[in-house]
Amino acid sequence: MSSTKYILGLFADPDEMMHGIDLLQKNSVPIYDVYTPMPIHGIEAKLGLKDSRLGFAAFMFGCLGGTTIFTLAYYMLVHDWPMNIGGKPAFAIPDFVPITFEWTVLYTAFGMVGTFFYATHLFPGRTPRVMDYRATDDRFVIAIDAKGNTPHDDITKLLKEAGAVEVKHNDRKYVSYE
Amino acid sequence: MASHSESIIREPLITGRDITYAQITNDVLRPVENMPGRAWWIGFVVASLGACLWVFAVSWTFWYGIGSWGLNKTIGWSWDITGFVWWVGIGHAGTLISAILLLFRQNWRNSINRSAEAMTIFAVICAASYIVCHMGRPWMAVYSLPLPNTYGSLWVNFNSPLIWDVFAISTYFSVSLVFWYTGLLPDLATIRDRAGSGIRRKIYSFMSFGWTGSVKTWQRFETVCLILAGISTPLVLSVHTIVSMDFATSLEPGWHTTIFPPYFVAGAIFSGFAMVQTLLLVTRKVLGLENYITMFHIEAMNKIILLTGSIVGVAYLTEFFIAYYSGGEYEQYTFLNRFIGPQWWAGCMMYGCNVLMTQLMWFKSVRRNIAISWVLSIVVNIGMWFERFVIIETSLSRDFVPSSWALFHPTWVDVSIFIGSIGLFFTMFLLFIRVLPSIAMAEVKLILKSSSEQAKKKLMAHGDLDVEQVEFYKESLIKFDSVEITDYQKA
Repeated sequence: MSSTKYILGLFADPDEMMHGIDLLQKNSVPIYDVYTPMPIHGIEAKLGLKDSRLGFAAFMFGCLGGTTIFTLAYYMLVHDWPMNIGGKPAFAIPDFVPITFEWTVLYTAFGMVGTFFYATHLFPGRTPRVMDYRATDDRFVIAIDAKGNTPHDDITKLLKEAGAVEVKHNDRKYVSYE
Repeated sequence: MASHSESIIREPLITGRDITYAQITNDVLRPVENMPGRAWWIGFVVASLGACLWVFAVSWTFWYGIGSWGLNKTIGWSWDITGFVWWVGIGHAGTLISAILLLFRQNWRNSINRSAEAMTIFAVICAASYIVCHMGRPWMAVYSLPLPNTYGSLWVNFNSPLIWDVFAISTYFSVSLVFWYTGLLPDLATIRDRAGSGIRRKIYSFMSFGWTGSVKTWQRFETVCLILAGISTPLVLSVHTIVSMDFATSLEPGWHTTIFPPYFVAGAIFSGFAMVQTLLLVTRKVLGLENYITMFHIEAMNKIILLTGSIVGVAYLTEFFIAYYSGGEYEQYTFLNRFIGPQWWAGCMMYGCNVLMTQLMWFKSVRRNIAISWVLSIVVNIGMWFERFVIIETSLSRDFVPSSWALFHPTWVDVSIFIGSIGLFFTMFLLFIRVLPSIAMAEVKLILKSSSEQAKKKLMAHGDLDVEQVEFYKESLIKFDSVEITDYQKA
């Protein structure tokens, strides 16, 4: 039994990597994940990634922000301490528009980015789970779970055929752990 | 698909013969991974001396109060608010580049957005410091927030544009910071993964939030950036609109005009791009980034300066016409004062620098000349400082009651805070280019296969292109200082 845990196909070119994904999928080799130094458009469709729901989250946070500040302003200036300023109404809706807008944007931004960090497990000081150090530099890496995906040589051959500049058989999942 | 070639007639956004993905990383990270050169140190020493002056003058203000400034009973706002509006305006270009140009799919923004956004953040810090200083008792700044207190609670007045400003500037700062930092994550991960072991790796590891560049992260990342751009676009327009309302909602002649919001926003983008130009023309040279910030970028920014400068010019004319047409004698007198009042020279600086000088940008030879562009970018910033000075100071100095007319004479504290804030800004910017990648590497890599000079070369070698278009393209390359034009002549 081989001790290989993950097989990595390192590509130097994003188009060749896309070709690699096609080739692997045609041969029914499941792909664990793909790591790239830049966003690759169209890859999410190939890998069957669901559409992001962050837009919905952003919208809800925006509604929350706008409602919060408008309610606060109403409570403060109309309910708690109404002031008579030249006989004008205390509930001056047009004057509340700028702050309502600002907090809508503020909540949208922080809520959505917070959700993004939460959903993708990003937070300050998180130990990086890196499969190959060059994946953030100049290599486009296709990772394949080696367990159950045999024979490994066939996968290596497929990756090489697609144009991988290097194929790695890693015994550890993450190289970044000390 | 991952990449596609774009039309040959579009000018390249990345020049150089053999730029690879690794080359981009190496070029951008050179100043981060190596000790800085002499130019950086000289700049840093000068800038930090300025920052020290700022600390001293601001401390002086806190200790002795704003009586140490040249303000008087007539002129309650002067260099402080001038400086505040000037800095906020400068910040606007960063958001324009990162948000509005993203929505318009202007790929040339990819090489300049990172440093422009950083500039935004530093400029807003300078602006906010002015506001806090101008409060006189900075420890009372907390009362500008709607927090419960022991006076009733005595709430803030949401009818006041000054409170709108508190909300606008704080939202703008924090959203810009989030946008900038989210964009930095992939690049911080690149530094981390190249760092080997040691303290540098630990720091960048902490800062990069465990970014790995997996498919899902990238896909969500792009969604986040797009939505952030979508909400930052109205945000940036709202910020300077609200800043202008600080003036426009008053009854002061020269301030009380409905044209202020669009006029201020155009002026803000105008001065912001001028500052981006000032910084990047030097940065590209010192850090050797000529292949990424090319003549195309410089010219594109000059065109935006020309456009926004002209909008500002039209706004000036409109203001004059409305002053005449309104029939309000105070309004008319204020505008006459800009030319024949005691501070006519400030008015001349404003109109001369902002309107007349920028019209030179109509000439190709001016737009493509680095030295002239740099000088003009500074001229614009001087002009835009004077614009705010003229609006604030000449209006206040002579309004309705002649017996209270007065002039403003800055003290050494006013001057020191102003010069010091420039020092503070440059100190922060220099530290930024030392420790963080000044170009968004991931975004530049994204356009390498479609918009670089070598991609176009490959396209031409492949043939099947319209000869006229190829000639057009080759001709457009002549202006680039980073293109080996001989490559094309022999071909």
